[in-house]
Amino acid sequence: MQVTRRQFFKVCAGGLGSSSLAMLGFSPNDALAEVRTFKLERANETRNTCPYCSVGCGILMYSLGDKAKNAKSSIIHIEGDPDHPVNRGTLCPKGAGLLDFVHSPNRLKFPEVREAGSKEWKRISWDDAFTRIAKLMKADRDKNFEAKNKDGATVNRWVTTGFLAASASSNESGYLTHKVVRSLGMLAFDNQARV
Amino acid sequence: MALQSLDIKARSATTTPSPSVRETMEVAKLIDISKCIGCKACQVACMEWNDLRDEVGNNVGVYDNPADLTAKSWTVMRYAEVEVEQNKLEWLIRKDGCMHCADPGCLKACPSPGAIVQYSNGIVDFHQENCIGCGYCITGCPFNVPRISKQDSKAYKCTLCSDRIAVGLEPACVKTCPTGAIVFGAKGDMIHHAEGRVTDLKSRGYTNAGLYDPQGVGGTHVMYVLQHADQPSLYSGLPKDPSISAMVGLWKGVAKPLLSLGIGLTVLAGFFHYIKAGPNEVEEETEK
Repeated sequence: MQVTRRQFFKVCAGGLGSSSLAMLGFSPNDALAEVRTFKLERANETRNTCPYCSVGCGILMYSLGDKAKNAKSSIIHIEGDPDHPVNRGTLCPKGAGLLDFVHSPNRLKFPEVREAGSKEWKRISWDDAFTRIAKLMKADRDKNFEAKNKDGATVNRWVTTGFLAASASSNESGYLTHKVVRSLGMLAFDNQARV
Repeated sequence: MALQSLDIKARSATTTPSPSVRETMEVAKLIDISKCIGCKACQVACMEWNDLRDEVGNNVGVYDNPADLTAKSWTVMRYAEVEVEQNKLEWLIRKDGCMHCADPGCLKACPSPGAIVQYSNGIVDFHQENCIGCGYCITGCPFNVPRISKQDSKAYKCTLCSDRIAVGLEPACVKTCPTGAIVFGAKGDMIHHAEGRVTDLKSRGYTNAGLYDPQGVGGTHVMYVLQHADQPSLYSGLPKDPSISAMVGLWKGVAKPLLSLGIGLTVLAGFFHYIKAGPNEVEEETEK
């Protein structure tokens, strides 16, 4: 394409003129800005209890989809439950970050066992896990249970096994756990009650 | 054009007036520094709600983490250890982030139409789709809050959870705060709440306690209750009397209309010259 000196000047002047006019405000208006759409509009809301410590804060979990048959639910947001008497909507930094805890690739989702001497964790079924725990507990209790101490006083204790209970249990399940553990004679009994 | 869920009060680089008939309630967030324990639940809740996950940084020797605001960390806790009196160490923890000024320097400095808007309830919001990434908002901000993302070269900052407030909810940081150090409501109610806190602090020996609602920027929609309101700089350099930079005021206030007029006059003069004198005829020979 042949451009003469004159044509070149014309194109430059035209460009400068139109861009100046645009800068002066003679340009079409942009669409007006809107706030980001509220992302929980029709999300499914589920009440639950924070799994971390024994304060037991109430949480609201929001999930994708309305639980229709063909929609696969997935948690998209978690915040405090304002109706819960413990926390009244507030959450600590750990509770506020529960979403990433739920979706963590490191999250334990099923029982696993590492046999003595082995380096590998092996997935087992819940049935196998309970049976295994019961068998090992019984074997250890049969071997180490002390009905009387060396002075002949009744002690009924089993000190070679400990029990760690969940912190988010209700009073009722806490009561039952306590009864089961103590009736076996177990002394080392603790609770993940720490933040 | 859809009706907005929040009315727009001011819009960057726009001279046409905004709709101003409806009267919406002015809101404010009040941060009571004397109640803050620095747990950072607000930081986590902010990232969770706004779908931000900043890169995991390095420990810089203090609790500040991340060390500064970023395009993906819209609020950070700043931990200042100060001895206001001899042998009386105080740990002043300030939640830093956008103050949502009534007279926002960022909006005034922004050259891109609609990239920064101020809603009638007081929120100053960035709209990244209109942002050209020039960084003038950073120059204009008296609190050094906006940050340009390296990922998309657009400016980001706290929105005061405009998407939550638009549907009648409180911001995510306010909701999560376990000690109640952050509260949210109508601006008048927040000032009233602050008065009660200041009275309480004064009765506990903090004689200079007060509310931080700087008038240099027309007041803010994020306010602090300070134990030492006479020395805001103790709180990791909170400015005592913030105001918009004189350069921004000069350029946007005086220079811009004059220069625009200059450009307009030049175009007009060119037009009349063309009408009167006509195009400059050049001989075929000279052209070659």
